[in-house]
Amino acid sequence: MAILVYVEHDNAHLKAENLKLVDAATKMGSELHLLVAGYQCQDVAQQAATLAGVSKVLVADDAAYEHQLAENIGELVTELGRDYSHILAAATTTGKNFMPRVAALLDVAQISDIIKVESADTFVRPIYAGNAIATVQSEDAIKVITVRTSAFDAVEQSGSAVVEAISLSKENSLSAFVGAELTKSERPELTAARVVISGGRGMQNGDNFKLLEGIADKLGAAIGASRAAVDAGFVPNDMQVGQTGKIVAPELYIAVGISGAIQHLAGMKDSKFIVAINKDEEAPIFQIADYGLVGDLFQILPELEASL
Amino acid sequence: MKILVPVKRAIDYNVKVRVKSDQSGVDLANTKMAINPFCEIAVEEAVRLREQGIASEIVVVSIGDKACQEQIRTALALGADRGLHIETEQSLESLQIAKLLQKVVEAEQPQLVILGKQSIDSDNNQTGQMLAALCGLPQGTFASKVEISGDKVKVTREVDGGLQTVSLTLPAVVTTDLRLNEPRYASLPNIMKAKRKPLDVKAAADFGVELTSKVKLLKVEAPAQRQGGVKVADVAELVAKLKNEAKVI
Ligand SMILES: Cc1cc2nc3c(=O)[nH]c(=O)nc-3n(C[C@H](O)[C@H](O)[C@H](O)COP(=O)(O)OP(=O)(O)OC[C@H]3O[C@@H](n4cnc5c(N)ncnc54)[C@H](O)[C@@H]3O)c2cc1C
Ligand SMILES: Cc1cc2nc3c(=O)[nH]c(=O)nc-3n(C[C@H](O)[C@H](O)[C@H](O)COP(=O)(O)OP(=O)(O)OC[C@H]3O[C@@H](n4cnc5c(N)ncnc54)[C@H](O)[C@@H]3O)c2cc1C
Repeated sequence: MAILVYVEHDNAHLKAENLKLVDAATKMGSELHLLVAGYQCQDVAQQAATLAGVSKVLVADDAAYEHQLAENIGELVTELGRDYSHILAAATTTGKNFMPRVAALLDVAQISDIIKVESADTFVRPIYAGNAIATVQSEDAIKVITVRTSAFDAVEQSGSAVVEAISLSKENSLSAFVGAELTKSERPELTAARVVISGGRGMQNGDNFKLLEGIADKLGAAIGASRAAVDAGFVPNDMQVGQTGKIVAPELYIAVGISGAIQHLAGMKDSKFIVAINKDEEAPIFQIADYGLVGDLFQILPELEASL
Repeated sequence: MKILVPVKRAIDYNVKVRVKSDQSGVDLANTKMAINPFCEIAVEEAVRLREQGIASEIVVVSIGDKACQEQIRTALALGADRGLHIETEQSLESLQIAKLLQKVVEAEQPQLVILGKQSIDSDNNQTGQMLAALCGLPQGTFASKVEISGDKVKVTREVDGGLQTVSLTLPAVVTTDLRLNEPRYASLPNIMKAKRKPLDVKAAADFGVELTSKVKLLKVEAPAQRQGGVKVADVAELVAKLKNEAKVI
């Protein structure tokens, strides 16, 4: 039986996560079908068809799927998913929202946030904020899985899968989209960036995040934050890195004015290189940093920007 | 309106867990346990809705061994009215938890169910969504704002790109995110009062729900330890290391 992979997109662009999601899927079996559900999302389907290893792209183009409402997408994926051995989605807020509905409707467990595929039925996932790593085996007939994409490699965009339209409209009368306030940024997305620079409570206010922007521009970096910085209103919620925010694993992570609580570390400790800038030499972040610089961030950041 | 709040007993968020040497799980003996932080936010939200006169009764339910009555008492001290403990010695997975909660929803008929978005031990982030699907209810997950008017609830959700707002027809399921509210501390008189609030105990086995999961835990290991690195003296040394040693800039 084939594997169904749910594509993450904004009706216009394929998100970078999908390349890694497909990599995880190829480790479970050989026949991969992608599902693009959205509204006026034909471009996404064309982009999805280029992902290596994919044989078919199903497109459900319908107004009911425009805003990825969990009730509608859940019904759609449940109906299509019955004929598959595995159903996969990225562990993004979209995947986390509708996938448990699919699992419940199919009466199977969901395996959340896997970081490794041991075999078609055995998977590895972090628990307790990444302080323990569990290996689990599923005997369910259909395996419903969300994938922590930062743990996988991107596949090439060298394929040419068939694109097939499906007409299945799943509307519901109980939930409706009201509006969205999406953060606009020219910078790379946090979860896809090669370099991430994050600020914590030590930044003191939102204005001071400008000190990170100059550096981010020079390094092509995304900007993140600790929960303390988000709670204090310095920056919006979508910038939170950590156990209960976004999980990132860039080549370089620069933590500025962040103490290194376990919940923050859970979101970034798999980065290839970690730099910590903190005035407290005892801050726990230094225990996991490859390069630590003790000092006042307000002095260090302008210097760093100038020397890049 | 009645609100149902499922709460979970979980490890205190300050505790760093240790993996057992036989790889069977995490060593929870003698560790500090608490109400899962996201569930605490759920209780707080329910209490605020009652203080605003929107909710009339708050029922708290927890599934687990006897010890989780502690967390039910905590929720009662924060302002919930009555507790239900569904007792089991088995460690259940989200789907089984959701099926038990479905039975509770059928019996209690709440207008709103508020759960945490995830528990900080298993980090699954599924129970609320599963419950909503099983009950055929709409859901507002990762809520940072909940507004009720008439038979609708408007939920502002924290999503990867920013915020999204949905409108749901009640009854509905909401799961909490960190910014929804800041839970209060229970006062001593309220802790005392909570001891006298009603707490029902039922056996999980009596609900007619299949409690065994098809997912087996094969082993639990400690993660690869990251080696701490070096301290650099100044910005110049940092930049040099990043260029020549790490080769990342
Ligand atoms: C349920 C739950 C979930 C959570 N989820 C997350 C999560 O997903 N992500 C997350 O990040 N946190 C999370 N937390 C919060 C976490 O426990 C910490 O409170 C938080 O990470 C602290 O943020 P911080 O390091 O910015 O602040 P602090 O711990 O206050 O650290 C600030 C640091 O800045 C340094 N500093 C101050 N001024 C300067 C200066 N001028 N120059 C240099 N350094 C300076 C200080 O020395 C200090 O080390 C969660 C907590 C709970 C309970
Ligand atoms: C490796 C591993 C080890 C485990 N070890 C144990 C163990 O030692 N002891 C044990 O009891 N379980 C154990 N479990 C089971 C697990 O902790 C959860 O009880 C189960 O997966 C329920 O889902 P969750 O808490 O992850 O749900 P999530 O979807 O993350 O939780 C969301 C919300 O659902 C509600 N909720 C979840 N569980 C309950 C509950 N029991 N009662 C009331 N409301 C609830 C809460 O509102 C919570 O905020 C283990 C699971 C795994 C994978």
